[in-house]
Amino acid sequence: MRSRSAQTMIYWLMRAFTYFVLIVIAYIIFDIIRNGMPVLSWEFLTESPRKSGAEGGILPAIVGTLLLVLGTMAAALPLGMASAIYLSEYAKRGRFTEMLRLAILTLAGVPSIVFGLFGLGLFVLFLNFGASIIAGSLTLACMVLPTIIVSSEEALQGVPQSLREGSLALGATKWETIRKNVLPYAIPGMMTGSILGIGRAAGETAPILLTVAAFYLPGLPDSIFDQVMALPYHLYVLATQHPSADLVRPMQYGTALVLMILVMTVNLAAVLIRSRMRKKYRW
Amino acid sequence: MVVTELKAIKVETKVRVRNTDFYYGSEQALYGINIDVPARQVTALIGPSGCGKSTFLRTLNRMNDIIDGTRLVGEVMIDGEDIYNENTDVVALRKKVGMVFQKSNPFPKSIFDNIAYGPRLHGITNKDELTAIVEKSLIRAALWDEVKDRLHKSALDLSGGQQQRMCIARALAVEPQVLLLDEPASALDPRSTARVEELITELRKDLTILIVTHNMQQAGRISDFTSFFYEGRQIEFGPTKRIFTNPGEKKTEDYITGRFG
Ligand SMILES: Nc1ncnc2c1ncn2[C@@H]1O[C@H](COP(=O)(O)OP(=O)(O)OP(=O)(O)O)[C@@H](O)[C@H]1O
Ligand SMILES: [Mg+2]
Repeated sequence: MRSRSAQTMIYWLMRAFTYFVLIVIAYIIFDIIRNGMPVLSWEFLTESPRKSGAEGGILPAIVGTLLLVLGTMAAALPLGMASAIYLSEYAKRGRFTEMLRLAILTLAGVPSIVFGLFGLGLFVLFLNFGASIIAGSLTLACMVLPTIIVSSEEALQGVPQSLREGSLALGATKWETIRKNVLPYAIPGMMTGSILGIGRAAGETAPILLTVAAFYLPGLPDSIFDQVMALPYHLYVLATQHPSADLVRPMQYGTALVLMILVMTVNLAAVLIRSRMRKKYRW
Repeated sequence: MVVTELKAIKVETKVRVRNTDFYYGSEQALYGINIDVPARQVTALIGPSGCGKSTFLRTLNRMNDIIDGTRLVGEVMIDGEDIYNENTDVVALRKKVGMVFQKSNPFPKSIFDNIAYGPRLHGITNKDELTAIVEKSLIRAALWDEVKDRLHKSALDLSGGQQQRMCIARALAVEPQVLLLDEPASALDPRSTARVEELITELRKDLTILIVTHNMQQAGRISDFTSFFYEGRQIEFGPTKRIFTNPGEKKTEDYITGRFG
């Protein structure tokens, strides 16, 4: 009897905690939508800011963030997937690869401001890219690489060994086997994990703060060596650096809402890829 | 003893294994294996679970190479060539020595793409040619009638027995000379088993077949030669009839009659 009531209590406790977390998240989202919606307008989305962001829109910041997401993908996806393929398919299990894995996991836990400083040192100063889209994208790419590698490797490991053996036994080379009988089944999982990682990077402020983000730059960039504004940094500026932060509160909420929608769209894409592919392959 | 028995019936040797040891890391799985597998005959490998039958089969197409830390000592010759020679073309070897695995492994593709997988690898791209190969292989594997109307459906929707035969068809599609079958009839119903056995008897005309089986009646029915493995060693090898009626070793007799294993 006693253990039964303890069971019930634990059950309700867990339930309560879960709901509590959900409520907090729901409240944040609701608050952003409620305060951000009124600001959302065609003008807000398609015009440049005026009066240091107090009026006008946030087009340059939207464009900047989109460019950074694209740049990050272009740099991080091929690199991360190639590393994952190497680790999962080619590297011998041994002390060296274990250390490599440990290093990658550690890298995943490094604070983003440290990546920002690293990007500043390597891309902005040493490679002399200056504060630019390319420097920012590469910095963000470094930050999400561990996530991409780990999730891609997991997706590759999820492909049964028997499919590799079956292919090799028919006279396929290792690379043919990977290309024709491993990657096709692993790619959806690799993409999902990677896109989720990149979605998170889209909302990061610290890494872009030091490598690309412009405080106020109403124009659009001409090349990848230009600076751009970015949503998270613009939000930060509006909220803390603006001379009259209270007055531009609606603009802050609008920016937050746009950023949130953008990140959620990216995540949704990832989830859709996964569920579509799940139906196709099962073993 | 092995040699004289084979000489008496005048068969040529396809696979010759000499003093072969095999190791998984530091653990030895095969000890001093000597065997002459006769060409175009069915050789059955029998023995209790874990005695090294699968390991032995996988040494013949170098499938064990893909497991880290494995090592082979000794000589494995196919058509007189040492397949563990450093100049061996492993891809060509595996094309010549086909394998059907203990657990059937259909690829998550259509039946057609499963069968055409091997031929495509080896450079056949012509659609008609591929179609012909797929049909021929499925007919040989006694599966054609059951699947001819759904070649482009997923192979994963086939029943277990059909999947097993499809894997055999897939192996046949690359025209191997040697076929390694690792318990191809485990988990099959009697009817499918009978079909697979018929198939093996049919294939024997052109191919050298090694088959692992736990079913003594099956070994007796379909094989010409039998090799009995026990704890990583080959205890006895000879014509199936002789092994089953007059085994030379006490262990063989005990195993065949079901006294252990
Ligand atoms: N990948 C591996 N790594 C380490 N040891 C292995 C591996 N595969 C098999 N072994 C060991 O080698 C020995 C022989 O295994 P094998 O699979 O060849 O047996 P088997 O005769 O095919 O058995 P079964 O009839 O159950 O299939 C066993 O002791 C097994 O534990
Ligand atoms: Mg086995």
